[in-house]
Amino acid sequence: MTNILNLISLWALPVLLLTILTVGIVKKVPLYEEFTDGAKDGFKIAVNIIPYLVAIMVGISMLRASGAIDNLAVAFAPVLEFFKVPADIIPLMIVRSLSGSGALGVFSDIANSLDPNSYAVKLAAVMVGSSETTFYVLAVYFGSVKISKIRYALAVGLLADLIGIISAVFVCNWLFG
Amino acid sequence: MNWIFYLLIVISIICGAINGKLQDVVNAIMSGAELSVKVAFSLIGIMAFWLGIMRIAEKSGIIDWISKTLKPVTKILFNEIPHDSPAIGDIAMNFSANAFGLSNAATPFGLKAMEELQKENKDKSTASNAMCMFLGMNTAGFQLIPTTVLAVLVSVGYQNPTEIIAPTLLVTTIAFLSAIILSKLFSKIFPPQDVKAKGGEND
Repeated sequence: MTNILNLISLWALPVLLLTILTVGIVKKVPLYEEFTDGAKDGFKIAVNIIPYLVAIMVGISMLRASGAIDNLAVAFAPVLEFFKVPADIIPLMIVRSLSGSGALGVFSDIANSLDPNSYAVKLAAVMVGSSETTFYVLAVYFGSVKISKIRYALAVGLLADLIGIISAVFVCNWLFG
Repeated sequence: MNWIFYLLIVISIICGAINGKLQDVVNAIMSGAELSVKVAFSLIGIMAFWLGIMRIAEKSGIIDWISKTLKPVTKILFNEIPHDSPAIGDIAMNFSANAFGLSNAATPFGLKAMEELQKENKDKSTASNAMCMFLGMNTAGFQLIPTTVLAVLVSVGYQNPTEIIAPTLLVTTIAFLSAIILSKLFSKIFPPQDVKAKGGEND
């Protein structure tokens, strides 16, 4: 099963490229001209999102440096202990929605400092693997089209993250507990 | 976004002061700003490449074909955008790329989709229902194989890394479905405000 999935991952891009280019040439699309024309927007979009990225990433870097996440972790520890959530994982739950590189950093930290085959590492792996960085996605995607009133989008992202965390705890308890 | 930005910074400064980490917080301004430009610039090349390929896919009718094939699903999820909108093809590409863990390719598709959704959007500074749905699905981060996590596990000598794939898939599916349901629900509870009523506020 895993081998099949890995194989699909490896071949997804090459097959996609082959298909698009072959269909294009068969339909007599001027490939090179259309490619370069489309690619022009790459720079524009990347530069356009910089202000939005700066706002969010500076805010989140500051928050992580301030130790607020550790404070929050300490506050939540008693509740989470009840659900057999190891204390080492609590910062990860919070960082996960804020910063992708941060979450990966915290996860590597956990994996390196604890017994690699412990329950905490398994739970952490499932939590990191099943999520995307909500704040980053919102900043980049909304920033690229200059939307500042995001309505309920953040609420949905964070609630889905929360549901993800809760289900990760239950699923891991059930499988590895 | 105003409150999010304000709260992030105020909470950081207050907590930094209490924890005696104010110097770190100040340093983080520099490093955060630098990091964001790095991220944006690292996107340029890969963005240009995939946007170029997408243009070919568009001109050769592949995107149209995908949009038509997915009509039954997108009709329910994105009922407000026209069914022949190129956004649907872009959204489909974005999800396939995400599902296979190709986040480098997913972002250009996603941004292209946002651009198309923005064309259908009436109030250009406020997110449409379709955008919120799209982002909700994206922030849930549906992925078939958590490649980076597996790499870390292997590197620390975890005995059977593949055993986390099934639980991860289960959890990511639950989060993904709840994001869809929540987006639908919230779009009913918090409909877009009347554009006219707050006309003066725009721009």
